[in-house]
Amino acid sequence: MTILGWAQIALVLACVLLAAIPTGRFIARVAAGERTFLHPILGPVERAIYALAGVDPMRGQDWKGYALAMLAFSAAGFGSLYGLLRLQGVLPLNPQGFDGMPPYLAFNTAVSFVTNTNWQAYSGEVAASYLSQMAGLTVHNFVSAATGIALALALSRAFAAGKVSQLGNFWADLTRVTLYVLLPLSVVVGFAFVALGMPQTLGAYVEASTLEGAQQVIALGPVAFQVAIKHLGTNGGGFFGVNALHPFEGANALTTSLQIWCHQVIPFALCVTFGAMVGNRRQGWVLLSVMLGFVIAATAAIYAAEAAGNPLHLAAGVDAALGNMEGKDVRFGQALVALFTATTTGASCGAVNAMFDSFTPLGGMVPLFLIQLGEVLPGGVGSGLYGMLIFVLLAVFVAGLMVGRTPEFLGKKVQAREVKLAMLAVLVLPATILGFAAISMVLPAALSSLANQGPHGLTEMLYAYTSAAGNNGSAFGGLTADTPWLDTTLGIAMLLGRFAFVVPVMAIAGSLAAKVKVPEGTGTFPTHTPLFAGLLAGVILILGGLQFLPSLALGPLAEHFVMLAAKTF
Amino acid sequence: MNTLLRPAVTMVVALTAITGLAMPLAMTGIAQLAFPSQGSGSLIERDGKVIGSTLIGQAFAGERYFHGRPSATTEADSENEGKTRAAPYNAAASAASQQGPTSKSLLASVRERVEANGPAPVPADAVTASGSGLDPHISPANAAQQVARVAAARGLPAERVQAAVAANTEGRELGLLGEPRVNVLRLNLALDALR
Repeated sequence: MTILGWAQIALVLACVLLAAIPTGRFIARVAAGERTFLHPILGPVERAIYALAGVDPMRGQDWKGYALAMLAFSAAGFGSLYGLLRLQGVLPLNPQGFDGMPPYLAFNTAVSFVTNTNWQAYSGEVAASYLSQMAGLTVHNFVSAATGIALALALSRAFAAGKVSQLGNFWADLTRVTLYVLLPLSVVVGFAFVALGMPQTLGAYVEASTLEGAQQVIALGPVAFQVAIKHLGTNGGGFFGVNALHPFEGANALTTSLQIWCHQVIPFALCVTFGAMVGNRRQGWVLLSVMLGFVIAATAAIYAAEAAGNPLHLAAGVDAALGNMEGKDVRFGQALVALFTATTTGASCGAVNAMFDSFTPLGGMVPLFLIQLGEVLPGGVGSGLYGMLIFVLLAVFVAGLMVGRTPEFLGKKVQAREVKLAMLAVLVLPATILGFAAISMVLPAALSSLANQGPHGLTEMLYAYTSAAGNNGSAFGGLTADTPWLDTTLGIAMLLGRFAFVVPVMAIAGSLAAKVKVPEGTGTFPTHTPLFAGLLAGVILILGGLQFLPSLALGPLAEHFVMLAAKTF
Repeated sequence: MNTLLRPAVTMVVALTAITGLAMPLAMTGIAQLAFPSQGSGSLIERDGKVIGSTLIGQAFAGERYFHGRPSATTEADSENEGKTRAAPYNAAASAASQQGPTSKSLLASVRERVEANGPAPVPADAVTASGSGLDPHISPANAAQQVARVAAARGLPAERVQAAVAANTEGRELGLLGEPRVNVLRLNLALDALR
């Protein structure tokens, strides 16, 4: 680790925080349906969409109506994306002549993009036509992100108001977030990406004659716009197989820094939005500081592990100055790789600018653990905030048990129903991850997908289900993921991770919204203090992390000690 | 049911038209006008023929050229259906080695490359496969190790080769972000232009 490296990390995080404040306030205004500077251009578009869809944006929905609308929209999106991927071979904008995706792969990919996971069992430049990338995958980058934000807004409204039954209108939230937040940011960032070297073309792949006389086919495409929303929406599905590591997706350190900014700014901004919506800015800052603390700690851990290098390779005569370089490109450096890795896995983005499979065991354990903690640090757009609020409810419940007071948060009493639903949501992740990973570790059809032997193989399998259930989408790349077993079970894990989590969350929102706001009294446990931030961090670590420790001990931790003993597989 | 089905289907269609067709097509048009080179892949032409992209590495094996990093990309094996074979710097199928830290075969490859690039210690980027398989850069230390070989093969004084390396070394972005590095294709083009 160097001072220069930490200066890079500090600069990028400072830019994130500076932008998060105005962005968060802007999202709060959009959520309230207020007029913004974008309305003269986009207002007519918004109204046209409502008219076509037969939607009255002023009509509120209760939690069931809101959740049903969200599920219906996701189902329609899945259907259209599945159809597009299957039929891409006979549709236009397919200059390389790719065939339609086979059923298992199309199912896995469609689920993956609809759930904002963006797990990729395919490699973009060898399997997806330009039309699929644009009108399929890019669209779902937008709308799955907007869906997440909409759900977070609905839950925030439940805390903001007293004794109401309605949480807002899903169709209005979806349309407004897409048009006024995600679309303008993506256009600006997309042009910046092109200026920095990212292609945006519909031309076919180029054939070059290299200096030594060989032929090199260079894959191209409409990359920049898709990559902009891929990061802004914490989607993470790369245009190319190696994601943000491909020189066209990550041309230099400035591009990679801007990508980190993109996949952090909205999750952090939503804390500010929450503070504004519930009329308690300090509460938003407490959530934000817990998230930021974990991001910095995780970055430090990865940076230290990767900059130190692989001891087996150092002993073989490799210079230690650059750190562990297998699976990394030269231009980013270990500091930005560490920050990118911590933020992409903490934020449920899943883009990568280095290959986790070749990280040192401890360096690779950090992204795995960040996802297992529940994707709330800061989590995906929207999903991070509503996930964090679930942990907040559990934290006030734990605090209430310790001091013998009725737990409440922002004036809402937290009672048995909310705590049961919160535990139900929190248990989805470990049940899905550990259940599927355990079955796969004894199934020959699954084991044949592993690229590495020994404890590293277990880590690859564990990571795949963790990434899918956590709706992250990054990969310990060695796994051959396009098999019927993995396509299907990873698809189910993604569905459970998104919808089995979100439905209890919406039920909590409905139940909280119906409660009166109790005025703050002398008996109220304050939730906007550093003490509460510490308690919240502890609850995340214990409730989110503890059940995964045995699996981590068998995977990355075992591999670390085996490596120190100079054993290879 | 109609209260759910109609908005769901209409929203998918309308938002696809806006975010999936209208915007990307408009962006493509404007990007091609405003940034024609970057927008089309930063291609380099020599004598009217495309010889590569400044952002995409190429495989170099000859003594006269600086060598890029090991690349783990593959291509379909035409003699063995369903199998792949090594094809370094295949820019139509980016890929990494995906070998873990305790992989026996990775350690063997590293040892072999240290031997070939010695004497130890060898810069890490010279003996490890890049993540993209297309890394256009090497570290300045890696380039420095290759100067003597290239100078001898070309019959040039080492100082001139050294100067070419310096001229094709890119610094950190904004003086702070990333790592200093040498663009291998640009450097080799500059050397070819020297004669």
